[in-house]
This record gives sequence, structure tokens and C-alpha cells, in this order.
Amino acid sequence: MIAEFGAFALMLALACAVAQFGLSVAARLRRSIVLAAAGEGAALASFAGVAIAFGVLMHAFIVSDFSVANVAANSHTEKPLLYRVAGTWGSHEGSMLLWVLALTGYGAAMAAFGRSLPRGLKAVAVATQGLLGTVFLAYTVFASNPLARLAQAPVEGRSLNPLLQDPALAVHPPFLYAGYVGMSVVFSLAVAALVEGRVDAAWARWVRPWALGAWSLLTIGITLGSFWAYYELGWGGWWFWDPVENASFMPWLVAAALLHSAIVTEKRGALAGWTVFLGLAAFSFSMLGAFLVRSGVLTSVHAFAVDPRRGVLLLIILGAMTGAGFSLFAWRAPKLSQGGVFAPVSRESALVLNNILLAAATATVLLGTLYPLIREAVTKEPISVGPPYFNLTFTPLMAVLILILPAGPLLAWKRGDARGVAQRLWAAMALALVAGLLAYAVVSPKKALAATGLTLGAWLIAGAAAELVERTRAFRVPAAETWRRLIGLPRGAWGMTLAHLGLGVFVLGACFETGWRAEAAETLPLGGALDVGGYHLTLDSVNPVEGPNYDADRGLITATKGGRLVCHAQPERRLYLANGQTTSEVAICDRGASHLYIVLGERREAGGKPVWLVRGYWNPWAMLIFLGPVIMALGGLTSLSDRRLRLGVAAGRKAQPEGAPKVQAA
Amino acid sequence: MRLRALLAGLAGVLCIAAASDPAERLPDPAQEAHARAIFKDIRCLVCQNESIDDSEAELARDLRRTVREQVTAGRSDAEIKRYLTDRYGQFVLMRPSFDAGNLMLWLGPFLVVALGVVLLLGRLRNRQPDAELSTAEAERVERLSREGPP
Repeated sequence: MIAEFGAFALMLALACAVAQFGLSVAARLRRSIVLAAAGEGAALASFAGVAIAFGVLMHAFIVSDFSVANVAANSHTEKPLLYRVAGTWGSHEGSMLLWVLALTGYGAAMAAFGRSLPRGLKAVAVATQGLLGTVFLAYTVFASNPLARLAQAPVEGRSLNPLLQDPALAVHPPFLYAGYVGMSVVFSLAVAALVEGRVDAAWARWVRPWALGAWSLLTIGITLGSFWAYYELGWGGWWFWDPVENASFMPWLVAAALLHSAIVTEKRGALAGWTVFLGLAAFSFSMLGAFLVRSGVLTSVHAFAVDPRRGVLLLIILGAMTGAGFSLFAWRAPKLSQGGVFAPVSRESALVLNNILLAAATATVLLGTLYPLIREAVTKEPISVGPPYFNLTFTPLMAVLILILPAGPLLAWKRGDARGVAQRLWAAMALALVAGLLAYAVVSPKKALAATGLTLGAWLIAGAAAELVERTRAFRVPAAETWRRLIGLPRGAWGMTLAHLGLGVFVLGACFETGWRAEAAETLPLGGALDVGGYHLTLDSVNPVEGPNYDADRGLITATKGGRLVCHAQPERRLYLANGQTTSEVAICDRGASHLYIVLGERREAGGKPVWLVRGYWNPWAMLIFLGPVIMALGGLTSLSDRRLRLGVAAGRKAQPEGAPKVQAA
Repeated sequence: MRLRALLAGLAGVLCIAAASDPAERLPDPAQEAHARAIFKDIRCLVCQNESIDDSEAELARDLRRTVREQVTAGRSDAEIKRYLTDRYGQFVLMRPSFDAGNLMLWLGPFLVVALGVVLLLGRLRNRQPDAELSTAEAERVERLSREGPP
């Protein structure tokens, strides 16, 4: 009965989304406050319906109700509670339900908290959100119902892939989806701005918190996924340029560009059209990702969960929504004002360059992901686009972006002083060069490219510090005055500094790890040893252990350096009983920010005695790769908590009557 | 499903960097390093987006053996890659070749940069002169602000 109740709530949510769209459109046409309030109420009701359905599905997973098809296919009674809960979003149907939960949730949040938005703009935005909700809810209800029943309930579920039974992976989809779908608010606000014909500083200020929040959550989601791949897949790789990763990376890049262009629109009224374009693009890329991952077009080699009918439906949704959005853009954008002028050397120019490079980087990822499909369709000759392509295109673009980045925040609006900026940055420049040269001279083997990468990372970090020094006038005014200025800095400023610093930390880690990682593999008998990165690993013993739903061989490996004990590592090789799959449980010894990463492989025979394949990796500074993005996300959230951003919304409303619309609505 | 697809891509990756298996290794470390470098550019044809350096699949093992044999025989990188593309087509290369068919792939991102820079320059050139102060005006502002209000 409970599952039927959930399915009913989901249909009710669909009906409410339709009402939300219809009422809000009518509210805008008749300029009726009552209809607008009804539309907002429908948005809240739609969210409530989806939340009930989501709760019902989660309940079915927790109590292992195998009469629900989705639970039977994706759960198992022996699975620990956390992974039964996470099973809710572990399947196609469940993840789409999480998607619409986020979509209606954002719609409800906009309806409830968007009080400061002008009425017309808000009605159109709520209507757009309702339209998106309608389309995706209809897809969920009619093509991918997560609560469909089985006529014959099986006694036991078909489990979930053991690799997925991991805390980081269990919690990362909610972050990822909150990020993806957060862009829908920006999309709706962009559509509303185009319909109202008004894109000004106030609009940019309304968009920024949503974009900031979504971008920060997406950053955390991607980082968790990457961290999971790093320690779960068993060889220390953390980014594969896999189409699935690319699908999440494209909205991130576009959102990063949007955050920067929105600043220009907010402060200087310029780039209005471009900011709206990015607002439309961010959610379009989210939808593209949803299509690519679910349609099976990119997993053609694997006959895996491919359902062409669903793929076609998602493609139609993607085409209709983005097509409508960009058509509206093409029609209305030319009427938007150009905004303030600026000189070649100015913060505006620096931010435009940032946007050009981020757009090009997005193009790289998009081409790398879709070009094989296009080329195969046109010439019938399949090609592969792997990491070497991205290293040759994406990486240089990012290197240029990093080169100009520290100058941006120090340049004045409208007309900057290049020489003054150079004077403020020479110390950071010198520091970065020294760091790079030192790395080249000291670390062996000598690697020029990796040392250059370290220079760039140090340049970002030193640049962020130089920017703080400049803001607080450190070393030029008394220390007490500097301190007063430092604690008086707005959170938005701290957020920017943190985000740029985090990028620097990431670049340091990524370049050091990629450049100087070491690996070794040997088949070891008990007592045998292996050397990697200056560490000496001895296989002391291998013992059988019994887990909740797996049997494992647990190795005891002692790592020493120069005769001194470093750590006892206990890597495992697990056999999951439900589906007979083997996985490796990596052991990681933390050495500061570096990792000694140890994997126990298969058991073999050598001369009648058992030997084990043991792999050791020395991953220097690997922790920085994940710490950097976390700092970036913290920067985003810090900026989001800025009082000016919140007060600014209220102030924007008061200022609205005087702030004449740039273009009158037709 | 997103996760599943990622897993599908990495399913063969369990306990990987399969190429480092000592049972397969070449005795000469320099040749082995050379072979490993080539592995990273060769796709495991039956896997999703995995190089033969990573994959435990049977086919990847065979391809590694082939490459190692050719490295031992002293073939150049280009010769080895041609040998593989003759048999398996362009699909086997992780780095697509720079030919007419792939021109957009390789140049697209840089065209975006070029287009963006052209638009930016156009915008900078079209600055309305009235937004800028002429030298005479600037001097007048300077004089007025020095003299203070009359």
C-alpha cells in the first residue's frame, strides 16, 4: 500500500507542477498577485509530493520491500543500512527521482524565499521552473516509475555492485544532483530576464547566490566521486576523462564562468547578454549530462542498462528545453544593453579573458566527449578520445588561465594600472619561480613540465596572498591597522581568495602527484619485500577475515623507511558472496599530504608455495588534489554567506522603482 | 545510473594498472618503461575508455604482449601504432590522429579562444569616446578638485 501511496504522491506532484506552470503564466499575463501566490503554492505542493514519493522509496529500500521492482533489482537484505539508504538513488529510476526532488525543491525554495524578486520576473521564473518540473516529472512517472511493483516478489534482492558500497560514493550523488539541478534556478531566472527584457545589476545579484550554491555543491560532489575512484578502484588514478566525469565537469566549468561574468554584470552592468547565455548553458549542460549518462550512447561497448526509448525521451527533453531557451535568447538578447565601457587593461577585460578560456575549456570537454559520436555517425569510422587529447588541449588553456588569474582581482574596474599590478605581484612572481626552480633542482627525476606546473600552483597561492596583502595594506600601515582591515574584509572577498587559493592547492597536488608518483609491483611470498618511493614494504601475513556480506583475505604489510617503522598496512582482497565479485580494499598510509598506497592482488602459486601480487604506489602530495577543491567549495559557501549578498537582495528591491528597466517588455 | 556507467567504464579496473604485473614485465627496465608509455596511448578495445595500461581484460593482455614484443624487436612508436591501427583502425588510439576528419576536434577549442578575443577586441575598439574624458576635460576636473568648491 505504501508504494502505491508514493506513486500517487508522485502523480500529484506532476499535476501540481502543471498547475504551477499554468497559474504562474496566467499571473504574469494578468499581473495578478493572487494567481502568482497560487502558482507558488503549487510549487511547494509539487515539492511535497516528490518528497513523499522519495521517502516512500527510501522506506522500501530500508525495509527491503522486494515487491518494488527497483528495490528487488538494486538491494539485498545483507547490505548495511547506509547502503540500503543510498540504494534509493543508486539506480536509473531512483536517481531520476532524486533529480526531480532537487528540481521541485529548488522551485519551492525560489517560491518561498524569492520575496525580494520583482513580481513579473518571479512569476516567469516560477513558471519556467514549473515547466521543467512538469517535463521531468512526466518522464519519471510515465517512463521511469521508481515505485512500480512486481507481480511476484523475489525472496532476495539482486544486490548492488560492491564497489558502490562506500561512504564517499553513497553520499556523493545528493551533492552532485543538488549542484546540477541548482543550475535550473539560474536557467529559470535567465528565461525570466529575457521575457521581462531586463538584465541589470539587480538581476545579476539575484542569480549569484543560486549559482554560487550550486557550483559549491557540484564541486563537493565531483571531488567526492574523484576521491572514491582514487581509493576504491585500486591504482591511485583520480581523473579519467571518462564521459561520465566529463558530463559532470561541463556544468561545473560553465558555472565557474557564470560566477565571474555575473560579477561584471552586477558591478558594471556589462556582459549582460553573455551572463544570461551562460545561465541558460549551465543547466543545458546538466541536462546533457543526464542524457549522456542514461541514454547509453556513450556506453555502446557495454550492453549495460541501455534503454533506447528512455534515451530518446531524454534527448527530446534536452532538445526542447535548450532549444526554447536559446531561441528566446536569440530573439530577446539583442535588445539587452551593452553596459559600461572598459579599457583593455581592466578587471572587466581580465574577467572576459577568464570567460573566454573557461568557454574554450568547456568546448574541449564537449568535443572530446561528443566528437567520437559525431565522427562515427558521419564517417562510420570510430575514433577514441582519451586523456592524451585533454592533456594537449585542456591543460594549456588552463595554464594560460592560471597565468592571468592573480592579476584579475588586483586590477581596477574600468581602467587598470598594469604597472601597479606588476609591482604588487612581483614578490608572488619571484616566489613562484623560486618554487618551480627548486622543484626542478631538488626533486628527482628532473621533470621540467611538472616543475612548471608547480610554478603555476605556487603562483596562484602567492597571488592569493598578494591580494590579501593589498586589501589589508599589510607592511605599509601598522600591524594593528592591517589586522583591523583583515577582520573587516567582507566574506565575499574571503570567498574569492579561498577559491583561488584552493585552485592553487589543487594544481600543486595534481602536478606533483602526476609528475613524481612511483609504482612497483611484485609477487611476494610471506616475508617477501618490495621497494617503492624510498619505502620498504614487507608482506608479513595474509589472513582470512569475514565481513558482513563478503569474505576477504587481509594482508599485513609493514612499511619501513631507512629501517624505521612507518606503518602497518592492512589491504584486503574481498569476495562479495552475493554476486561473486572481487574487489580490492586499498590501504593508505598518510605521510603528511602524501600517500603510500598499497594494494593486495590475487593469490598465485610459485614453486608450490603461495605468493601474492602486491602493488605499492608512492603518491606524493595526493591529498592536495582533494583538499584544493574542498577549499574552493568552502570559498564558494563563504561568499554565499556574505551579508552584502543577502542585504543586497533587499536593497535591490527598494532600488527597483528608480532603476529603470533597460528594455521595456514587449 | 551515472555511477553504474562510471563503473561500467572502470569495471575492468579492479586491482589495475594491470600492466605492472611482474609476470608480463620485460627484463630490460628501459624497454619496459618505453612499452608502458605506449600502453597509455592504446585503447583496450573491449573496455570503455580504458587504456591497455589499465585494463585486466584478456584482449588488453594480448595487446600488451604484442606491443612488448615489438618494443623488444626495436620497432619505433610510429611503427607500432601503425601496426595496431592497420589491424584495429583509429579506434585503438587514445590520442586521435591530427587529420582532416579530426580538425574540428583539435582546433575547436582554440577557435573559441580566437573568436572570444576578436569579440573582446571589437568591444574595446567600439568604446564610445564620450565615456572617456579628453585631456582638456581631465585637466579641468583636476583643477576643479584642487581648487575646491567656489
